[in-house]
Amino acid sequence: MMMWYFLMSDAFTFGAFLISYGTVRFSSNSWPDPNHVFNAFPFFSGVNLPLAFVSLMTFILIISSVTMVLAVHAGHNGDKKGVIKWIFWTIIGGLAFLGCQAWEWTHLHHEGAWWGSNPFPNANGTVASTNFSNFFFTITGFHGFHVFSGVIINIIMLIMTSKGVFERKGHYLMIEKAGLYWHFVDLVWVFVFLCFYLI
Amino acid sequence: MQHPAFEEVSYQQHHTDEEFARRVKKTTIILSVVTLIELGFGLIIYTMHKGEHPSEFLILLFKGIVCILTLAKAYYIVSVFMHLGDEIRNMIMTIVVPLMLFIWFIAAFVIDGNSYKNLRNNYDPHFKYKTMEEKAPKKAEHETEHKTGKE
Repeated sequence: MMMWYFLMSDAFTFGAFLISYGTVRFSSNSWPDPNHVFNAFPFFSGVNLPLAFVSLMTFILIISSVTMVLAVHAGHNGDKKGVIKWIFWTIIGGLAFLGCQAWEWTHLHHEGAWWGSNPFPNANGTVASTNFSNFFFTITGFHGFHVFSGVIINIIMLIMTSKGVFERKGHYLMIEKAGLYWHFVDLVWVFVFLCFYLI
Repeated sequence: MQHPAFEEVSYQQHHTDEEFARRVKKTTIILSVVTLIELGFGLIIYTMHKGEHPSEFLILLFKGIVCILTLAKAYYIVSVFMHLGDEIRNMIMTIVVPLMLFIWFIAAFVIDGNSYKNLRNNYDPHFKYKTMEEKAPKKAEHETEHKTGKE
């Protein structure tokens, strides 16, 4: 239950970040067009593929959320093997997401974007301030850090499950809490995806 | 399975296995389809931006639709995956009511940002010129880079 209140506080943190992004964006006359910034895909360099890579990332995260649901469900049934299997796939999904994000950051860094530098012009062709890359790297970085800690938590859960800690306790409540955290990370991504890539 | 601690608020399995499987499957499909629709709108907005005279109103409308779809996705994740929907009502309320603050929070800050923009446009002509008229020197170079595909 306390997990819920922690997640609520975390929701306010992310909310504050995204709202400050919104404020700054509303106070600007123009803003870089996300479709011109995020149009690359690994192994297809030079091809203009707006939104493709980030949708892949979104789907990875949704699928890993589903496998987490299945892990929690297996925990309810006291099915140790099921928990191990589904947690394992969740971890794979989390790592895949982090890999994608690492690639995207590297790619943007190569194009010259980083905290304090933004090579992308505004949609109306004027020079953009660095607000865009500052917000982008801070918010996706903060989210990526949550994904990372979620993966760590899931690995710990995997080890504890395979050691039979929860079996001896008689319930798999811890898996459920880790699951809540993981779903929350997915939930935040839905909003980050909306604010940075779609709008 | 009974949990000795927090029994009053922690989630109890009410569903049979098949019911559960069906529900998870349904939610997964809904989330995927909604994401695809959002992508569709994203691409529509993209092509509209490319056009000569993009209609401000339509773009705003599409963006609004995408926002609403995202809220729908959030609802499904929270109520089914995080199974908040299966908790007792008071528990739901302690989570949802504080989140109502976001309504005020978003409105207040976005309006504030907008008014700051208008003030600056009115009283700071240099700002207006820099962000509305002057073209970025880098743009041409950036685009040819993309066309030739060297990155």
